[in-house]
Amino acid sequence: MRVDPRVEQRVVGALLWSMTVVTVAVLVFIIAFVLKKGLPAVDWGFLVENPVDMGKGGGIFSTIIGTIVLTAGAILVATPLGVGTAIFLTEYTWEGPVTRIIRFGAECLAGIPSIIFGLFGFILFVTKLKFGWSILSGSLTLAFMILPTIIRTSEEAIKSVPPGFRTVSFSLGSTKWQMVTRVVLPSALPGIVTGIVLSVGRSIGETAAVIFTAGSALRIPASLFSSSRTMSVHFYILAREGISMTNAYGTAAVLIVAILGINILTYYLMHRFIRKYS
Amino acid sequence: MTTAIRVRGFSHYFGGERTLRGLDLDVERNEILGIIGPARSGKSTFLCALNRLNDLIRGSRIEGTISVDGRNIYDPDVDVVELRRKLGMVFATPVPLPRSIYENIAFGPRLAGSHDRAGLDATVKDSLEKGGLWAEVRDRLDSSALKLSGGQQQRLCLARILALKPDFILLDEPTSGLDPISTMKIEDSLRKLKKEYTIVLVTNNTKQAARVADRTAFFLNGELVEVGPTARIFTAPADSRTDDYLRGKFG
Repeated sequence: MRVDPRVEQRVVGALLWSMTVVTVAVLVFIIAFVLKKGLPAVDWGFLVENPVDMGKGGGIFSTIIGTIVLTAGAILVATPLGVGTAIFLTEYTWEGPVTRIIRFGAECLAGIPSIIFGLFGFILFVTKLKFGWSILSGSLTLAFMILPTIIRTSEEAIKSVPPGFRTVSFSLGSTKWQMVTRVVLPSALPGIVTGIVLSVGRSIGETAAVIFTAGSALRIPASLFSSSRTMSVHFYILAREGISMTNAYGTAAVLIVAILGINILTYYLMHRFIRKYS
Repeated sequence: MTTAIRVRGFSHYFGGERTLRGLDLDVERNEILGIIGPARSGKSTFLCALNRLNDLIRGSRIEGTISVDGRNIYDPDVDVVELRRKLGMVFATPVPLPRSIYENIAFGPRLAGSHDRAGLDATVKDSLEKGGLWAEVRDRLDSSALKLSGGQQQRLCLARILALKPDFILLDEPTSGLDPISTMKIEDSLRKLKKEYTIVLVTNNTKQAARVADRTAFFLNGELVEVGPTARIFTAPADSRTDDYLRGKFG
């Protein structure tokens, strides 16, 4: 027996609508919960003062700096590596067993739990290479963690550039590198930047990989070899050791607002860029 | 008449498939050579062999020689980038790059390292005039090329290769997606351009070859069936297959 199409339409519509509502509701609930618990603790002093007494008092300034430096380091290392790999896979080699192995490897890398990256970074960078618990160890570890995301999104973005653009570029007398830099990358940029923004979000929120490699010093880092604490590590330690739930939620609120802010800003800039190029 | 392109014993393969079979063909300087033939007869493959665009396709392989101005373009020490600037190509589907009209035209000269603004301005104006588009776009050179109509986009593509200052213009079914008025404008431009350039026009519209080509070549299954003055090909073809094709018996 066939269901009346109008009934079907209404049932499916209602079902899909409620799924969407649940998704959005969960998101809104989490954000509202954290902000409600955390915002009362956040004032100007909270942002610009260093933690006092293990974080029981004072603000979170040094952990904001730690987060920014560590994330920036990871992005600076992972972006050239990831975009370069993506360009190689799409433009400089034919599809074959080798590219499939590289892609499979990158995908496996993406599935590894972050704590394993932390352990790997600890063994390689902290102990073997003697970087110690430091910004350097932490950034490199985060870079490897986000590399698969950047490769993957960049590759998709580059692949979605119409093949005709490449032919035209070649026929107008471009070398392959000119074709890549002047035609393919500008067209692929929105997709590549999306991948980078996702990676920024992951880096900022990462705890396990960072705590093993960058440590948890509360001072403002003085050099690449200083240990440093990120906001998420700070939140973890404050909550875990019961130091101050108020300040823990305060940190979480700042984290969430920061990530939302970065996303909004990026999409705004992206829209301006796309308008300019098309 | 001097010979500008000399093709001798030229075969082309994609993987195991032989797509061009032992072609011998000359292109004279300042003529429009029309190439007609049914789909998959090797017309486009031949055109892309002339500026080595086939190199970009995996499994592409050739035998024989193509000499442009006396030089075999498949010699290992040929500068392919230079070659492609010399033989500008217009494709069946106009592909404007996602930038302004001005930047589309200036793209080729910039690749070659030309950054002098006044020189670029002059090249852009000159190319658009020759491509028959200047009057329509002179006031909006900075607007996106994607906003142009299909016919305008194709004339933009023609102007874009003229900015390379090529010696040859290769056209691959340039009007296949255009309306009759746009087609007429392109054909008018071609008639004017042959004074300065040597033109190879691949077309699936035999009437177009009859209208603009000085000589016409008929391709079938990767073979050159015959080539001769357009009037002769259309009135008294030497080969019965040409006659059949022109009468619409196949293709």
